[in-house]
Amino acid sequence: MDIVLAIVLGLIFGFVLQKVGAANPQKIINMLRLRDLHLMKAILLGIGVSSLVLFTLLAVGVVPASHISVKASYVGVVVGGVLLGIGWAIAGFCPGTGVVAAGAGRKDALSFIAGGLLGALLYMLVYGQIKSTALFDDLGAKSTLAATGNESYPALLGDMPSLAVAGGIALVFIVLAFVLPEADASS
Amino acid sequence: MNLLMRKQWGWLTSGLALALIFLLAVATIKPIGVSTQFVILDGIVMDAIAPATVVQDDTAKKGYSSPNAYLNKSGGKYAKSVAKPMNYSFVFVLAMIAGGFIASRMQSARDKDAQRQNRTMPPVWRARFGDSSGVRHVVSFIGGVLVLFGARLAGGCTSGHMMSGMMQTSVSGYLFALGAFAAAIPVAFFIYKNIKE
Repeated sequence: MDIVLAIVLGLIFGFVLQKVGAANPQKIINMLRLRDLHLMKAILLGIGVSSLVLFTLLAVGVVPASHISVKASYVGVVVGGVLLGIGWAIAGFCPGTGVVAAGAGRKDALSFIAGGLLGALLYMLVYGQIKSTALFDDLGAKSTLAATGNESYPALLGDMPSLAVAGGIALVFIVLAFVLPEADASS
Repeated sequence: MNLLMRKQWGWLTSGLALALIFLLAVATIKPIGVSTQFVILDGIVMDAIAPATVVQDDTAKKGYSSPNAYLNKSGGKYAKSVAKPMNYSFVFVLAMIAGGFIASRMQSARDKDAQRQNRTMPPVWRARFGDSSGVRHVVSFIGGVLVLFGARLAGGCTSGHMMSGMMQTSVSGYLFALGAFAAAIPVAFFIYKNIKE
C-alpha cells in the first residue's frame, strides 16, 4: 500500500514541480536575482496554505499527530543551507527539482544529479570525522513554533493555541505571496 | 484538462498545487523529502561493488548495519533502505522523475520546441557565459556537489526543510531557509550581474 502511495504521490509531486516552473533553472536563477518572483509567490502561498490546513486538520484529528516529522536544529542546518544556497544559485537546481528536470528531458540536470551523487558520497565519507564537531552543536533540537500535538517535538510557543500561532504565521506567508510583485519593475 | 496541458501555471494555481501535494503527503504517510535518496542510491552502488557495505545485523535497531558511520546512523536506518530499495521514500523519488516526464510531454508542440532549445543552458546562462554546453555541464556538476553535500549536512533540502519544515513551523525549516536564501540571493546577483534575460 505504501508503495502505491509512493508512486501516486511522487508522480503528482514531479508533475506539479514541472508545471510550477521549479524544475526550470531559468525560473530559479531569476527568482534568486529577484527579477521574477512568480516562484517565490507560489512557494510562499504553498507553505502558508498547507500550514493553515495542516494545523486545522491536526486540531480536528483528521491528520494524526504521529505523521508530523520535525528535523533537528543544529549549526550544520544553517551551514548546510548556505552551501546548498550557493550550489542552487550557480546550477539553478535543488535535489527535487533536479530529479524532475532530468525526467522532463533537461541535459544539465543529468550533470547536476551526477554531481549530487558525488556530493552525497563525500558527505557519507566525512560524516564520521565531523559528527563530533561544532557543526552538530544544538540550536533548539527538534522544536516547532506551534504545538503539533506530537510529544516528540516541543513547541516554543506551546502555551498559545496552536491554530492561532500557525495560522498567524501562515497568514504572513499568504499576504506576502499576494503583495510581492510578480516581476521586477526594472526588467 | 486544459490546465494539465499548459506549460506553466500561474503563481496562484502553482501555490495551491504545492500546498495540496505537501498536505496529501503528510496526511497519508509523512512529509516529503528528497535529498536522502541520493545517499541511498550511492549506498546501493557501493553495496553492489563492495557487498559488505550493508549487512544484516539483528543487534541493530533497524536490522541492518554498515561500517560507514553515516549509513549506520539512527540504528541503521539508511543501511536498511540501501538493503531494501523498494521502500516508500526511494520509490517516491523515482516516481517524481516519471511525473516530470509526463508533465513535459503534456504540453503544446510549440512549448516543446522552445524547451528543446534550452535543454542544456537556461537563456540567462547563455547570455552570461555563451554557448559552450561543456562549461554549463561542469558548473551544473559542481553545483550538484555543493547542493547535496549541503543538504546532507543540513539534514534536508528545499522539499524537506523549507517546504515540509516551514509547513509544520519547524525551527529547523526557518534556519535552513535563512541560510539558503542568504547565500543564494547574493551569489545569483554576483554571478549573473545585470543580464537582461
